[in-house]
Amino acid sequence: MSEEKKESLFSKKNRKLITDPLNKINPVTIQVLGICSALAVTVQMDNALIMAIAVTAVTTLGNVVISLMRNIIPSRIRIIVELVVVAFLVICVDQILKAYVYDVSKSLSVFVGLIITNCIIMGRLEAFALGNKPWESALDGIGNGFGYGLVLIVVAFFKEFFGSGALTIPGLGKLVLVPESFFDFGYMHNGLMLLPPSSLFIVAIYIWVQKSRNPELIGE
Amino acid sequence: MAINREGNGYTITFAIIMVVIVGGLLAVVSMGLKPIQQANIDNEKMQNILQSIGIKETDGITRDEAGKVFSIYITRRITINYNGEILSDKSVSDPIDPKDKLDAFNIDLRKEYSKFVKPIMNKTKGNKELLIENLKKSTDIHFPLFICEHNGSKYYIVSASGKGLWDDIWGYLCLQEDGKTLNGSVFAHKGETPGLGSKITEDWFQDQFVGKFIANDNGFTSVGVLKPGANLNEHQVDGISGATFTGIGVQEMLSRNLIVYYNFFKNHPEFSGNQPKEEDVIIETMASDSTLVSANDTIK
Repeated sequence: MSEEKKESLFSKKNRKLITDPLNKINPVTIQVLGICSALAVTVQMDNALIMAIAVTAVTTLGNVVISLMRNIIPSRIRIIVELVVVAFLVICVDQILKAYVYDVSKSLSVFVGLIITNCIIMGRLEAFALGNKPWESALDGIGNGFGYGLVLIVVAFFKEFFGSGALTIPGLGKLVLVPESFFDFGYMHNGLMLLPPSSLFIVAIYIWVQKSRNPELIGE
Repeated sequence: MAINREGNGYTITFAIIMVVIVGGLLAVVSMGLKPIQQANIDNEKMQNILQSIGIKETDGITRDEAGKVFSIYITRRITINYNGEILSDKSVSDPIDPKDKLDAFNIDLRKEYSKFVKPIMNKTKGNKELLIENLKKSTDIHFPLFICEHNGSKYYIVSASGKGLWDDIWGYLCLQEDGKTLNGSVFAHKGETPGLGSKITEDWFQDQFVGKFIANDNGFTSVGVLKPGANLNEHQVDGISGATFTGIGVQEMLSRNLIVYYNFFKNHPEFSGNQPKEEDVIIETMASDSTLVSANDTIK
């Protein structure tokens, strides 16, 4: 490869690979992928954080592996190859969580295994990693993982704050944010916030706010 | 010669090589992490058992600590069957052997329920006498009993497992030396609704059981879980609002399991300090519970 063609590792184009999925092409709110787990693992902040990290790790590593293999994968079985790679990574993540953050792995339960079916991951492998070099693919994976994680964290913040009046941050434990005196005035936790449907409302409001701030996102 | 990437031979070879590599890597990861994972599971069980005792030394003990001090507090591990016969009796000097399926510590409460008790309950369809008859006949069902000696007092840690609204629930309860007074409890669940049924693992719910009795002058009386706000007697605790069926599940599992231990203590006075009176067990409590459980099943 000639010198002039080589672009810097963090050129504008490469930076956009990370920043675009946070907003303009957010996998959850704009592409509406990976909604299922966004509804299920957002009851507590720490679950959402670990899930975001797990998905980011899987998209990034999956993208890199598939990108490295992109020239040798037989096109007829490429989906199967992608699935095997993703399944392998997810099982590794699951095993590592079970060994080192046992409590979180218990509360995430089946949703770690369900990362395999997270549409974002297969979508990025098909759409990006098969046609791009490993470094770009890694950035794309990080970007999309962060985009997914951002929505998860926002949703978890509102769900846990209004549902249990607290935020569970890894390392700090459960921080109770609603003072006892509120309850004397008749304040109550919103039980609906702890159930999956409330995530739909929050994601919908998120999309509303996002689109009203970025008029170019409103479709034809 | 260039390889034909579209050929069948290439595709099959690629698939075989990939699967072998991935399989090998997974085996390595799994084998490598297995000891840590198993230690986590064992320590959690020890943590649950120790926390259920209800003495302040083990209250709020962490998982790692629990693994270290378990043998200091738990001095004897006994396994009994439904009829109260002792199947295994280990003292603190016998190490826990993971291969000894009868060791009380190795009894998997969830498996006891889902694999052995549930089929019998489904078969008997809420018929109380038939259920007890079948439970008595079963040779698979085991009940662990741990004995803790602390500051001159004896504590008996008993177990219970059953079904909540969505999935299995189980727990350890601690009886005082008389074999009747509850001293503490710890519950766990697989998939109860977060924020509702999952509250059975919270302290305020578990602490309610402290000081309740599983027997009165007429014999065995299980602890009932009532709708919150009711007037409670010494055999009742508050349930969780919004989680009625989880409460019913807890009530059913307590009545079905605690009676085994009650009968055991009655027939083995050497365990509980004073000889309990000879009375017959109240049957009604359990009969009503079994019907509730079938209602629970249909809801799901």
